[in-house]
Amino acid sequence: MKYALFLGCTVPIRSQNYEVAVRAVAARLGIELVDVEDFSCCGFPVKSTNAQTTLLMAARNLAVAEEQGLDVCCLCSACSAVLTETNLELQQHPELLRQVNRQLRKIKRQYRGSVKVKHFARILYEDYGLEDLRRHVTRPLTALKLAPHYGCHFVRPKGNYDAFDDPEAARSLDELVAVTGAEVIRYETKKYCCGGAILGVEQTTALGLSGLKLSDVRAAGADALISICPFCSVLYEDNQKKVEEQFQREIALPVFFYPQVLGLAMGYDPKDLGFRLNKVRPDEVLAKVLPAAVA
Amino acid sequence: MKRGKPITRFEELTPGFWREVALEPGGELIARCFACGTCTAACPVHAVDTRYNPRQLVHMILLGMRERVLSSDFIWLCSGCYTCADRCPQGVRVTDIMTAVKNIAAREGYLHPTFRQQAELVGRFGRLYEVEDFDNKKRQRLGLPPVKKTFPEVQEIFRMTGMGKYTEAAEANQP
Repeated sequence: MKYALFLGCTVPIRSQNYEVAVRAVAARLGIELVDVEDFSCCGFPVKSTNAQTTLLMAARNLAVAEEQGLDVCCLCSACSAVLTETNLELQQHPELLRQVNRQLRKIKRQYRGSVKVKHFARILYEDYGLEDLRRHVTRPLTALKLAPHYGCHFVRPKGNYDAFDDPEAARSLDELVAVTGAEVIRYETKKYCCGGAILGVEQTTALGLSGLKLSDVRAAGADALISICPFCSVLYEDNQKKVEEQFQREIALPVFFYPQVLGLAMGYDPKDLGFRLNKVRPDEVLAKVLPAAVA
Repeated sequence: MKRGKPITRFEELTPGFWREVALEPGGELIARCFACGTCTAACPVHAVDTRYNPRQLVHMILLGMRERVLSSDFIWLCSGCYTCADRCPQGVRVTDIMTAVKNIAAREGYLHPTFRQQAELVGRFGRLYEVEDFDNKKRQRLGLPPVKKTFPEVQEIFRMTGMGKYTEAAEANQP
């Protein structure tokens, strides 16, 4: 299994803990992730301004992957959404592909439509498989209660992801979390969006949204919220103090990236999974798994 | 009627506005909307901020309230989660309609300052953040490979699609 690793904007600068854990876990599982220097931003941040610019940026990134002869592995759900959507548009509409290629020619790129785009969690679930994943679990996290957060673009819009999961009754991340041996927590606002896309537009509204979920997950008795998108984590973790101020209540809920808890279950030392870069202190939760160790 | 409530005058409407939206990618099916409100009921943003109401927005577009829609603050409050689009019984791509409306608003000089700022960063650096030596040193300490700082090809794509023009138009409309 070999993929071009698409880091996007947020992961390499703000969520290195995610990247460190992904690389560690992938190496042990035998999933080869190839670094591609020429990948830029996926194009998502300019879609509200001009969808045509997004289309060309995404197409350019797909062309870069195609030159390497590799499918794409995304870590960010927004990158995954934009690259998948663009890919489908270009594969299904030959005339659009010709138009796009006329423009890409000016930067000496061409896209034929041969690439497949997948989120890392989908690769684990769909390509690697839960059974094979389970064989690597040497330290079951039976002491932990974890609440999966799918975010929006991992499964929505329906129809873009070959129906690998049902957005109205999603289970892939629940099952991935269950593989670690942890108890999967159910909570009411499971399908809610983090609010990331509107953080810069109306902070109170965005944090109101993330606060609803954080409070819910807290009340459900979870030890941590499990994220698979760097920007969801920006809302739930980096902004948790602001959420606490806005809601006038303590939340203190650790937010982990899924590969961090998977790596923990695979027997990795927390030091090798980037836990010390988590902003909400994970020590108490880690102590439940490793009574003698510290992050 | 209560005093001070904005009144919509017939002569201020632009009856063909929905066609303009329908011409944008993703806006094609807007006329199918029968105003059931599933989008608004499904909307997580509406659950915390009722100013954002997708049914109302679609209805305003169909009525031709062009200026009111394009200059409103709330079109920028769509979080793009696609819950409305996935649940719409008429197959209206409400999320894509919001993108279409925001794109038209950007062309008309109403681009929200946050998106202008994001566009400027992506245009300059090829990503949402300026990568500094500090960042690559931190990455190195963590055993991660360095990332590129600029992408001339992205700058060229910005030139080709006229992004500079949109961001300048937004600047001119700042209070």
